Amino acid sequence: MTVRPTLDERRSGERLVLAATGAWTVEHASELEPLIDAASGTRLKGRLVRIDMGRVDRLDTFGAWLIERLLRAWHKRGAEATIEGLPDHYRGLLTEVHHVNLTTPPPAPSYSRLGAMLENVGRAIANTGGDLVRIVHLLGETTVALMRVAVRPASFRLTSVVHHLDRVGLQAVPIILLITFLLGCIIAQQGIFHFRRFGAELYVIDMIGILVLREIGVIMVSIMIAGRSGSAYTAELGAMKMREEIDALRTMGFGAVDVLVLPRLVALMIAMPILTFLGSMAALYGGGLVCWLYGGISPEIFVSRLKDAISVDHFMVGMIKAPFMALIIGLVACTEGLQVKGSAESLGLHTTASVVKSVFLVIVTDGLFAMFFAAIGK
Amino acid sequence: MAQAGNEAVIRVRDLVVGFGPVTVLDRLSLDVFRGEILGFVGGSGAGKSVLMRTIIGLLPRRSGSIEVFGLNLGTSSEKERRAMERRWGILFQQGALFSSLTVRQNVQFPMRQYLDLSDRLLDEIALAKLQMVGLTTDVADKFPAELSGGMTKRVALARALALDPEIVFLDEPTSGLDPIGAGAFDDLIRTLQRTLGLTVFMVTHDLDSLHTVCDRIAVLADGRVVVDGPIATMLGSEHPWVRQYFRGKRTRAAAG
Repeated sequence: MTVRPTLDERRSGERLVLAATGAWTVEHASELEPLIDAASGTRLKGRLVRIDMGRVDRLDTFGAWLIERLLRAWHKRGAEATIEGLPDHYRGLLTEVHHVNLTTPPPAPSYSRLGAMLENVGRAIANTGGDLVRIVHLLGETTVALMRVAVRPASFRLTSVVHHLDRVGLQAVPIILLITFLLGCIIAQQGIFHFRRFGAELYVIDMIGILVLREIGVIMVSIMIAGRSGSAYTAELGAMKMREEIDALRTMGFGAVDVLVLPRLVALMIAMPILTFLGSMAALYGGGLVCWLYGGISPEIFVSRLKDAISVDHFMVGMIKAPFMALIIGLVACTEGLQVKGSAESLGLHTTASVVKSVFLVIVTDGLFAMFFAAIGK
Repeated sequence: MAQAGNEAVIRVRDLVVGFGPVTVLDRLSLDVFRGEILGFVGGSGAGKSVLMRTIIGLLPRRSGSIEVFGLNLGTSSEKERRAMERRWGILFQQGALFSSLTVRQNVQFPMRQYLDLSDRLLDEIALAKLQMVGLTTDVADKFPAELSGGMTKRVALARALALDPEIVFLDEPTSGLDPIGAGAFDDLIRTLQRTLGLTVFMVTHDLDSLHTVCDRIAVLADGRVVVDGPIATMLGSEHPWVRQYFRGKRTRAAAG
């Protein structure tokens, strides 16, 4: 469509004449640059250079800048270059680029690889400490907000809590039931398959009962909720932070904690024990079903064996943990959400961090609970 | 290059665009000629941005045709479209800078996608563009979140101009700027339009911009262009909306 650009050299006496032709435009910028670099290296006899632009069809910023670069290179070497034959409507463009890039541009900041690695390690450590402080800080603020609510119950945002309860509680039920049901099935199948060799199939029921009620139910539900609702909390608060909605709230005299964090935490802490209960039941149901269909253990035997194997203690151990897990997930999610800076990348980073950190903390907390219950003999 | 030629670079014919039961643009026709600055005005919600977004292919149309550089966007191949997209630049209302890239990387982004240039030339051109839109080189390594509103608009303009487009679409370029900043931005658009020979399609509400930089104005009302012509035509028009817009209280105040 456009003509390839050329730059022909010719000498007339002491004077170097360069004749430019073709389209000096963005499409040909990659061909132009070598031409210009070659020309700026040309040996000069005299100090006079003329660039004849009369046969240039088109010129844009790219072409104009490269001409300017050539002029500057020669100027540095003491040559006097003039431009001739340039159509009038391109004059302005050359004048324009004549005024840019006069100062040496600041180099793009660069880091040494080792330095960057050390910096990352340092930052990660400092951030871990900072995270803990921020989480405790938010816990404190939430407690204060809760106390304000206790003094003035009318200020409690019940509608908001119900809304979040619907989202993190009711709407999570189907997927939680499905996942825990399948997990119960898998545990039962694996248990039967391996215990059968010792003729100890019946103990599978003990295993399912204790494992599900004490650990798997609450952990599985926590992980699901961290991925499903924790990430949503972080993304919501983060987007609100980016769009200055949280600043707007503050200027109207509302704290982000009272309006946004407290209802979310309360909803999560109410929903979590219910979901844990439903999840545990679904897992037991799945386990019982597989025992019957795959292991040949009839439902009557399953139920009576289960009654012997588990006590209320096992059930309570699991249920007690649920609100604590909810608190951890909610606090981590909200802390991360409020940390989001202006960019889309930052939102993504904090959402990832929210899920990873809450899952990690849930498992650590579960470990601490296990040690505690072992110590008190439950 | 400043005077408007007769060649229409954008031809819109009988364009219908709607969402669900609502018809926003109803058999709209419009020409944009090479080398002119067209100001596009209309009430809030009249569909100015809808037209711009339909022309650049972000919104689907129900019927009608759009030709840009003689290429019918309805029947063109993917490859032809890609080639054509290099020939226009778009300034979105909020800037739409990539928030995870620095200013320099934002301006270089389209160049890196389409051209095979040395890093040196990329840097030089990016900085040259930033200076041509009136910024200093020390903003080059800042992130969009660190910029003021006016700077964001300028960087966005530099990015729109990155590939030396022939048409630039500006969606309310001066909204959110103070009158001095808006005036400077108008001058900048005028200067760049002259030096680069641009065709400018500008959606705007700014009466000063319409008076000072636009060669021609098109008014959108009831889903179509009701009047188009230079500012004198606008002032003489008897269309009620146009009369209120150009001869209302705020206008007289703006005219001094």
